[in-house]
Amino acid sequence: MPRIAYAFPDEVLEHVFSFIHSDQDRNAISLVCKSWYEIERWCRRSIFVGNCYAVSPVMVVKRFPKLRSISLKGKPHFADFNLVPEDWGGYACPWIEAMASAYPWLEEIRLKRMVLTDESLELISKSFKNFQVLVLSSCEGFSTDGLAAIAANCRNLRELDLRESEVEDLSGHWLSQFPDSFTSLVSLNISCLGSEVSTCALERLLAGCPNLQSLRLNRAVPLEKLVNLLGRSPNLVELGTGAYTSEMQPDVFSDLSRAFVGCKQLKSLSGFWDAMPYYLPAVYPISSRLTSLNLSYATTESPYLVKLVSECRNLQRLWVMDYIEDSGLEALAVSCKDLRELRVFPSDPFGLEPNVALTERGLVSVSEGCPELQSVLYFCRQMSNAALVTIARNRPNMTRFRLCIIEPRKPDYLTLQPLDAGFGAIVEHCKNLRRLSLSGLLTDRVFEYIGSYGKKLEMLSVAFAGDSDLGLHYVLSGCDNLRKLEVRDCPFGDKALLANAAKLETMRSLWMSSCNVSFGACKLLGQKMPRLNVEVIIDERGPPDSMPESCLVEKLYIYRTVAGPRMDMPGFVWRMEGDSALRVS
Amino acid sequence: MILVPNYATYRKRDGFLISLLLKKKKKFLCLVASERKRERERERVGYRKVQEGSFSASTKPSSFSVLFLTLLEHDYIGLAEKPSMEISEKSSHLNLNLKETELRLGLPGSESPERKPTNLISLFGKDLRNTNALKNLVAGSKRGFSDDAVVDFEGKINNTHKASQSAKPKQDKKPEISETNDHVSPPSSKEQVVGWPPIRSFRRNTMACSLIKNKDDDEEEERKPSEASGFLYVKVSMDGAPYLRKVDLRMYTNYMQLSSALEQMFTCFTIGECNSGGFPGKDGLSESSLRDLLHVSVHVVTYEDKDGDWMLVGDVPWEMFTESCRRLRIMKGSEAIGLAPRAMEKKGWSHNNNCRRIK
Repeated sequence: MPRIAYAFPDEVLEHVFSFIHSDQDRNAISLVCKSWYEIERWCRRSIFVGNCYAVSPVMVVKRFPKLRSISLKGKPHFADFNLVPEDWGGYACPWIEAMASAYPWLEEIRLKRMVLTDESLELISKSFKNFQVLVLSSCEGFSTDGLAAIAANCRNLRELDLRESEVEDLSGHWLSQFPDSFTSLVSLNISCLGSEVSTCALERLLAGCPNLQSLRLNRAVPLEKLVNLLGRSPNLVELGTGAYTSEMQPDVFSDLSRAFVGCKQLKSLSGFWDAMPYYLPAVYPISSRLTSLNLSYATTESPYLVKLVSECRNLQRLWVMDYIEDSGLEALAVSCKDLRELRVFPSDPFGLEPNVALTERGLVSVSEGCPELQSVLYFCRQMSNAALVTIARNRPNMTRFRLCIIEPRKPDYLTLQPLDAGFGAIVEHCKNLRRLSLSGLLTDRVFEYIGSYGKKLEMLSVAFAGDSDLGLHYVLSGCDNLRKLEVRDCPFGDKALLANAAKLETMRSLWMSSCNVSFGACKLLGQKMPRLNVEVIIDERGPPDSMPESCLVEKLYIYRTVAGPRMDMPGFVWRMEGDSALRVS
Repeated sequence: MILVPNYATYRKRDGFLISLLLKKKKKFLCLVASERKRERERERVGYRKVQEGSFSASTKPSSFSVLFLTLLEHDYIGLAEKPSMEISEKSSHLNLNLKETELRLGLPGSESPERKPTNLISLFGKDLRNTNALKNLVAGSKRGFSDDAVVDFEGKINNTHKASQSAKPKQDKKPEISETNDHVSPPSSKEQVVGWPPIRSFRRNTMACSLIKNKDDDEEEERKPSEASGFLYVKVSMDGAPYLRKVDLRMYTNYMQLSSALEQMFTCFTIGECNSGGFPGKDGLSESSLRDLLHVSVHVVTYEDKDGDWMLVGDVPWEMFTESCRRLRIMKGSEAIGLAPRAMEKKGWSHNNNCRRIK
C-alpha cells in the first residue's frame, strides 16, 4: 500500500496533529517519516526545553518557525541550595533575542532557574505584540524596572508570576505602570517582592481586571488592606495573603471573614506570613471549599493549625510547617480524606535538638488515613525502617516521595540499622514512583533496591549515602527511565561513571558534587562521549590540564546536548574533552 | 573612591595603600594598590583564556613587592599590637575586633580553635614557623578543602573548621545558624554544611525574617513590613578566588558568625593560592611558595554599602551593617594596609589634605 501517507493533504494531517498536545507524543509523531516531521514542526506551538544548554536558540528557531509558547530551565536543581556558584550560567538573554526576531507572535515565556536582565524584559515587552504569559520561577538578575517595562507595554498580559525569584527591588512603583485601560490580567504573583507596592495601584488594577483568578500578594501588604483588595476581585480562585497579622480588632476580623465568603470561587489560600491565631478562624466559613492550603510560612502553634486543617475537609494539598506536629497530622488523616500532596517544612532546620513533636509517626498516620496521597515532602529528625515499610504498604500509589532526615547519615533510630530496607520497600511497593529523595544512613544496598525496582523513577536525589561505586552503578544500570540524577557527598567514583557512560546520553543531566570522581575519568568521558557536555567546576586557578589525573573533581555536571560546548562558561567551569580541557572563549 | 595621601614612605612603584578616617563611625576607604589590582586582573583574565599547556604559576611577587611587604609588615607589627587590644576594650558591645574579621588558614583536622596568632601565618609579624602546618597544607587532599564540612566516608563527620568556636559567647540560639555548638557532646559539634538541609533560599530568608520579627515583637519594637525584605543574599568576592559566593546575612546574628562562615567558605581558595606553584605531592615548599604565602596570609573583609563606598566590616552595629551592606569583598591584608582607623588616630597619623582621587 504505497503512498498512504500522501493520501492526506498536509492540512488534514496538521488538523489531526492539532489535537495532540503532549510533547512526547509530538516528538513521536515527528519521527514517523520525513513528511510528518515537516508538517509537525510547522504546526508545533509550544515547546519545553528542560535544559537550556541541550539545544541552542538558533536550532529551535530553525526547526519550529511558529512557536507561541516556550518553557526553559537553566541551572541544575541543586542551585536552589547554594551548591552552584554565582555566574554559572543559565542566561536567558540569547534565547529572548533569538525569539524576538523569530517569533513576533510569541505569547508565553516560562523560565525556571535562569538569569534574566532588565534589558531582556524590556525586549520582551516590546517585541511580542500579543504577549500574554510570563512566569519566572526562581529566576534572578532583574529588577522592578524590568517589571515596569512589562507592565507598561504588554497590553494583553494575562499572567505575571514571579514565584520565588530574586528581584532587585528598587521600588513598588512599577505596578502603577499598568495603563488604565488594562483589563486582561488573570493571574498575578508578586509574593517574592520585598518592598511595599502601592495599595492604590493594586486596587486600581484589580478594579480594572474582572477576570482576575489568582492573586498572590507579598508580605508587605497588611491585613487591613487585604479586605479592600478582596472586595474588588470577587472571582478569585487562588489567593496569597500578605502578612497575616495585625492588632486584634473584631471589625477587621469580621470584614476579613466576609471578604473571604464574598469570593465564591476561592479554593486555594497561601501566604499567611506570621499568621496570628486570632485571625486564622476568619477562614473557617470557606474552609469546606478549600482544596489547597499553603501554611508553610505560618509560624503558628499546633492547636490553631490543627483546628484550621480539620475544618478543611476537601483539602487536596497541604503545605505546612512542622509546628503541626504528629498530633496535627493525625487529625489531618482523620479529616482530609482527599489529601493528595503533603509538604512539611522544618521550623528549626539548623538546631541540634528537635523543637517540635514531629516524628515519623505523623507521616505514617497520614499514609494510613489518606488513600489518595501521592506526593510527599517531609522534613523530620528521626525515621525507622518499620515506618517506611508501613508507609510503602499503605500507599502503593505514591508517585513523589522526598524524605529529608535533618541530620546526615542518621540510622534507623530504633534498630540503629541503615534505612536501606525502608527505602527499598518504598521503591518496591510504589510501582509508579517517579521522584525520590533519600536521606539518613544508607549503604549500597538501597541502590540495589532502587536499581531493581525503580523502573519508573525519573528523578533521584542522593546525599551522604552509599559505600562505593556499586551504588551508582546499580542506579545507572537499573533505572530505565532515569532522567535526572543529583548526588552530593557520596563515595561514588570513576568506575561506575565510566561503565555507564552510554546511560548518560539517555538522561537529561547528572550532578555530582563532593564525590570521588577524578579528573582523568572526566577527561576520558568527555573524550568518548562527544554528545555530552562534561563540565567540571574547580576551585583552583588554572585549567585542569595542570592537575594530575587522580585529582578529585569537586563539582561535576554532565548533560546531553546537540549544541556542543556552551559559549558562556565562566572562569571556573571547564568542559572536559580528551587530553586537554577546552575553553572556547 | 580612592584617596592617595602624600606619604613619601609609601610612595612606591606599585601604588599606594591608604586608609582614611573622615569622621567617627563614618566611611573610611580602603585603597587598593592600583597596579597590583591591574596585575591581578591580568592574571585572572589570563588564566581564563589559557587553552592548553601549563598554566604559569601565579605571578610571584617581585622582589620589590616582597620588600614592600616586609616594610609593611614591619610597620604593621607596631600597629597591630595596640589597636586590637584597644579596639576590643573600646567596643565591647561590638563583637568584632580586627582579628576576628580576619580569615585564617584553618586546616582540615587541625585545630585552630582560637584566634591565636601563633598558629597562623600572619602579616601581623609572627614568625613563619609553621612549616609543618604548611606541609600539611600542601599535602592535604583537595577534597579536604571543600566548603562543605569534610565528610569522613566511614560515617563520621570530621570537625574540620572548628575555628573560633570557643571565642564565641554562648548564646541562646535562634535557629538561624548552628555554627556555635557549645553543647559539645558526642557526636561532636556539627558544622553547618552548605546546602543542607535542602531548603530553598527564599524559604530560608523568609524564616529568618520571621524570627527577627518575633524577636523584635518580644522587645516591643515595631518593624515596618517593608524592612523585612525577603533577601539578604549578598555576593562575596575574594581576591584571587575563581568564583563568587553568596551569603545570606540574615543567617547570622553577629560578626563572628559571619566571619566564621566566610572563613569556611573561602579557605579552599586560600589553599589553592598556596598551591599555585604546584600541587599536593610535590616535595616540601619551594621558596616561591613561601613567598606566595606571604602574599596570602591575613585577609580582611570589607563591604560596599548603599552609597557605593567600601568600608571595613565591623565598624557599625550588626543591624546597621545588615541593612546597608550590598556586597562583601575579602581583600588581602597587604592591600588594606592601615585599615585600623582608630589605630591611625592613635598613632597620630594625620591625613594629608593633599589627596588625589582615583577612579
